[in-house]
Amino acid sequence: MSCTVRIASPLRSYTAGAATLAARGSTLAEVLANLEQRCPGIRFRMIDEHERIRPHMRLFVNTSEARELSAVVRDGDTVHVICALSGG
Amino acid sequence: MAGTLWIGTRKGLFALRADGARRNWKLAGPQFLGHIIHHVVQDPRAPRVLLLAAKTGHLGPTVFRSTDRGRSWREAARPPAFRPVNDGEEARAVQRVFWLTPGHHTQAATWYAGSSPAGLFRSTDGGEHWEPVAGFNDHPMRPKWAAFGTPDGEFLHSILVDPRDPRHLYIAISVGGVFESTDAGGDWTPLNEGCAADFLPDPSVPFGHDPHCMVQHPARPERLYQQNHCGIYRLDGPQRRWQRIGKAMPKKVGDIGFPIVLHPTDPDTAWVLPMDGQSVWPRTSVGGRPAVYGTRDGGASWRRMDRGLPRSQAWFTVLRQAMCADIHARPGVYFGTTGGEVWASTNGGEGWRCVARHLPEIYSVTHAA
Repeated sequence: MSCTVRIASPLRSYTAGAATLAARGSTLAEVLANLEQRCPGIRFRMIDEHERIRPHMRLFVNTSEARELSAVVRDGDTVHVICALSGG
Repeated sequence: MAGTLWIGTRKGLFALRADGARRNWKLAGPQFLGHIIHHVVQDPRAPRVLLLAAKTGHLGPTVFRSTDRGRSWREAARPPAFRPVNDGEEARAVQRVFWLTPGHHTQAATWYAGSSPAGLFRSTDGGEHWEPVAGFNDHPMRPKWAAFGTPDGEFLHSILVDPRDPRHLYIAISVGGVFESTDAGGDWTPLNEGCAADFLPDPSVPFGHDPHCMVQHPARPERLYQQNHCGIYRLDGPQRRWQRIGKAMPKKVGDIGFPIVLHPTDPDTAWVLPMDGQSVWPRTSVGGRPAVYGTRDGGASWRRMDRGLPRSQAWFTVLRQAMCADIHARPGVYFGTTGGEVWASTNGGEGWRCVARHLPEIYSVTHAA
């Protein structure tokens, strides 16, 4: 499965500035693993050591928020990586 | 060359460099603008190497390494992280890498890191890959040692490596206490006898104390100093009981603070920066009149050192990593405030001047030769 991943600006130091990347995978976990192969270090900034999405990160598959990495990703989907900024 | 003061802030990393006389200071940066920088530490075994503990408000915590004195940085391939857990186990995740300590001089590539929640991590390849120190993180007593549960999580800091023995380690947990290992972190023993814990229902507990900062002098490593939530202490090994040397501080000032800094060559000389620990704990300069206090006799007496500091209405807070000394014969002493000012003394604390202002909230001030 091929999808598009939209990268929030705080993570673009890992993508050479790219806001959008193509990735492969049929679940969010597989998509992030594929992303990590090409952008080493990016996954741990989003996902903790117990496979939990970090508190200030939000992951969407198209318009549905994914709470688990087992969320299904279909061909042509767009995965949005969003940072939930708060405070000053 | 006077070296560099590395300023870690809530919004990035700055460098202050002085001329040889330490009169004129020039601010460089920011690097990592927008990142929270908890600690920046030079490797005394390889002075071109620096490690930096960072995260941002959204992203997970990590460590960066420089091999060119801070000109460029590369992220660790495997940052500090707790081990995977089995069903039913508490799944703690590192929220902050809070503290960095170079390993023993005979172990050139070893570093230690402390985290919040309280975790101890070790790298044996210069900070590229980090492993949890199971002897502490999985110690059966660890959940009780670090059980107080402050809102930001408990911090593991002040990791000390005995210069005489790489297997002899100390750590401090705020809140949790001081702990000692003599087998390279395989097992740990509380080391808090003599320290007050007057915020606890039972103040005579063996652990549960709140050390804010602990230091060890390389020329006299059997001696530890500690700035605690409940006073200033000294421990002279092989004794295992801390002495409250803060009792010699003026009563109106008290002996509460975050940092404690040692003279580079004289184990009897130290500096503290008292804060207001009364009532609701403002943690600001006592009476709005900031002052460093220095001792030259191991804490038997203390002297106010405030020449050049504001005389009134200055409500400084100085965090535990935000005060340091350099290595000159007449050492420079430096501190950064949460209001974004850096103050410097180039005569052992006798006189002070502000050398940088308008910075973000300062978390860490460290000297690099």
